[in-house]
Formats: sequence, C-alpha cells, structure tokens
Amino acid sequence: MSAFLESILDPYYIQVLTLLGVYIIAALGLNLITGVTGMFSFGHAAYFAVGAYGAAILTVKYQFPFYGALLAGGIMAALAAVIIGFPALRLTGDYLGIVTLGFGEIIRVVFLNLDITGGALGLAGIAKESSIVLVYTLVLVTIYVMYALQNSRFGRALVAIREDDIAAEAMGINISAYKIKAFAIGCFFAGVAGALYAHLLLFLNPTDFGFAKSFEFLCFVVLGGLGSIPGVILGTSVLTLAPEFLRSLSDYRMLIYGALMVLMMIFRPNGLLGGVDLQRLVFKNKYKSQAGRSTAAGG
Amino acid sequence: MLLEVNNLHVSYGAIRALAGISFTLNKGEIVALIGANGAGKSTTLCTISGLIKPAQGSIMFKNMDLVKMPPHKIVNLGISQVPEGRRVFPDMTVLENLEMGAYTRKNRSEIKESLKNVFQRFPRLEERKHQLAGTLSGGEQQMLAMGRALMSKPEVMLLDEPSMGLAPMLVKEIFEIIKDINRSGTTILLVEQNAHMALSIAHRAYVLETGEIALSGRAEELANNEQVRKAYLGED
Repeated sequence: MSAFLESILDPYYIQVLTLLGVYIIAALGLNLITGVTGMFSFGHAAYFAVGAYGAAILTVKYQFPFYGALLAGGIMAALAAVIIGFPALRLTGDYLGIVTLGFGEIIRVVFLNLDITGGALGLAGIAKESSIVLVYTLVLVTIYVMYALQNSRFGRALVAIREDDIAAEAMGINISAYKIKAFAIGCFFAGVAGALYAHLLLFLNPTDFGFAKSFEFLCFVVLGGLGSIPGVILGTSVLTLAPEFLRSLSDYRMLIYGALMVLMMIFRPNGLLGGVDLQRLVFKNKYKSQAGRSTAAGG
Repeated sequence: MLLEVNNLHVSYGAIRALAGISFTLNKGEIVALIGANGAGKSTTLCTISGLIKPAQGSIMFKNMDLVKMPPHKIVNLGISQVPEGRRVFPDMTVLENLEMGAYTRKNRSEIKESLKNVFQRFPRLEERKHQLAGTLSGGEQQMLAMGRALMSKPEVMLLDEPSMGLAPMLVKEIFEIIKDINRSGTTILLVEQNAHMALSIAHRAYVLETGEIALSGRAEELANNEQVRKAYLGED
C-alpha cells in the first residue's frame, strides 16, 4: 500500500501528508483537553516532545521494537501529564494557561540540557518507521476513540465540567479526577503523535518543541472549532497545508497565513466547524418544528 | 433528625461568612433559611453540599459527617443542590441536562422512571426536551435546575434562591411545585431572600444575620414576629 502510494505521489507530498496525519492525532488529543473539557493548555508541544524523545531514545539507544516505543511514548506523555496535572489542574482559565505554558517550557529546557537527548545538538540516527499508511491507520483509530469517548458517560461529564464546573460538581461529578483523566488521555495521543513524528523526521531538536509549536496546536483546534472532531481535522489540514501550498509565494506566505487566520476569526469566530455537531444537525431537522413552536411561545 | 448542622464556621480568606451556626432538618420538612444579602445563606448550602469546606463544625447526615466528604460522595448519599442562579448547562439540551442529574445513578430503568416523573411534574420541560437549555426562559431554567436535582432521587433537596429574577406569577408557580415535591417525600432546605414566599410554604425557619442565627421557630410564628415583619417583610 505504502509502496503503491509512493509510486503515484511525489515523496514531498507524502511527507507533508504524513506529517499532517501526525498533527491530526496530536490536535485531537488537545481537543479533548481544551475543546471538550475546556482546560486551556499552552504546553501541548511538551507532551508531544516527551513522546518523540521517549520513543526515539528507546529505539535508537535501547533497540526497542518500534511499536513498543510508540506505545511507550504515549504512556510517558500521559505520565508526565498526570504529574504536572495534579498541581496545575487546580487552576482554571487564564491561570491554567500560564502554568501549562511554564511547564511546557520547563520540559523543553530539560530536553535541551540532558545528555541522553543529545542536548542542543539534537537526537539523530532515528530509523524511518512512520509510513503514511501506519499514520493514517492511527488517525482513524484516534478518531474512533475520541468519538466513542465524547459520546460516553465520561465524555458527557467532561462537557458538563466545561459548561459549568460548579453545577457539574453539584451533580456528583468528581471534577478533579475527570480533569486529570482527560488531560492524561489527551497527552497520551500527543505522545503517540510525537513518537510518529520522531520516526518520520528522523531528527529531533528541542527548539522544535517550544511555545510556537504549542500555539500551533492550539490554533488547529480553535480555528477548526473547539470540541468538534471534524472541525479539528479541517483546522489542522488547512493550517498545515496552507503554508506548504503558499511556499511559492516565499516571503509573503506567513503574511497570507496570518491574514487567513484573522479572516477566519472574523467570519467564523467559533472556528470553521465550531458549534457544528453532525449528530445534532440531524437531530435539529427532526425537531425543528417543535423547537420553533416552543421558542415562539417564550415565557 | 435527618440533618444536623453543628457550630459551623466558614471563612473566605479573612472574611468570616459563618460564625458558628447550628440548625436541624427533620425528615419530611421544608425548612427555610432567610436573611439579607451576605448573611451566609448560600454559604450554608454550599458547605452542606461540600462545595465549600468549613473551618470548624460538623454536618451530620444519617450518622455520617459530611464535612470530610467530597461533593460527589455527598450527592451519592442523597443530598442534591439546586444552585443559585440555576446553573444549567447552556449548550446541552434539556434532556441531556436531566441525564446529567442522574449521573451518580446506574440503574437505567430507574433513571427512566425518574425522567418520567420529572416530565410529569414539569410538562414544559418535556415539550422542550431537545431545545438547548441556554435558550430557555428564566422560569423554565429554574424548572430544569429543579428537575435536574430531582433526577438523582434525593432525600434532601437544597434550594438556593429559587425565586431569583423571576416574575411574581412564576415565583408562585415555582413555590407550588416546591410544596408538591415536599409532599411526595423529599425533605427541603430552602434559602430565600423573598422571606414572605419562603415563610408561606416552610414548616420552620431560621433567620440568618451576618453569619449567625438571629431567630428561629415555626414559620407562622416568624411571619407574625414584629422584628421579622419589619426587617424582612417590608412592613413598618
């Protein structure tokens, strides 16, 4: 399958599309944290980095099998999330954003100064393992898991926490436990995506996982539509592919990228597919007449 | 005695909200806590439901001290709060809001039964079950918040300012419903600024003043009490 795709597609496109798949997995993870549960995380790249470095060190220095390293990368990121989450998730809103930003930078600086990560020289010699077929298979798995999570008891509790944490607590939801779980699951997917990233680009450097990367992930989710799975996929696709397709415009491309973002925020402030829930769309048509009547009644 | 609050002290930082209040709630009663803004009424309810931790004191429910318990365990014991300002989940439908209320329960057929009961009590909610809760009127949101609390099949319902921001006609309707909920076996602790309405349906009442209980007694007695009439019923 991979061989077939390589024979018909330019290797450059394959690389870009594979990277897009990796970002979709990470963005869907962040969507669970920020979109569904409403916790602002400005440090998603750090968990992505934990997965990338964790998996790469295992395969390069300890000859771990790739699939084992992939899983280990996710688990390490989830563990980091739990350790950081315990103190950080007591905060909400802007304060949580600032703390996640701080922790993100700490993780990056740690990688910059450890021997095992190669420090500022970076970590090289990683084998190429992430094929486009593997990445997109995992994208499908991630979509399925996220969809199942959001439509479960667990998912509804997360939405309740986002909408009104005090009411959610009064309804009997253990909000700190749910927040930590959501954070850990979201970061697990960031870790898996990081592991795929490492075995796709074959070279890791701590500067690639700074605040800019975290911000990029947040843009994917916010521009696509917080909490919407198709929205996040669309947002990630537009923002990953646009700079590539605009490459011919060289210096102007970041200008256009910026303008694109401003326009999107003006015309679709809730994100491209924000507030669009496919299920509810069907639902709405079914009950349209009824809803129309009750709104008219007011009261 | 179903619930016994003993010498409860609560502070927000340096500000003392409750300075050692004690009161009781018997099975089947409606008890009202009345008082002015900042008297500590809502603080009392939130401390019972576990949202606020007291500095001192105990809250005994069926021989268990609620003070040491997290809110989700307290809901499980059968105490359900209708928070001030209703706090429905605005982007969820009416039905989803009600389902959230049954979050701690597992038995699906029993949950269905409760849902049927809630819809019977609030037919308006059934009409609008697929509407987003944020688009409901104030009165409907109050009904939804009460219905949501009933979904956990509580023994004790804590009602925080159910009349807030509602038209007088609706206030009457809501209080009729509260009476009715009580008749079907739920014990109610009611916090209200609208002392007149609260005293008209309550069996007993406590008057809170700056974190202390100033007066207590049967509701009719308090409604006829000179001091209460002056301070809370707007008569001179």
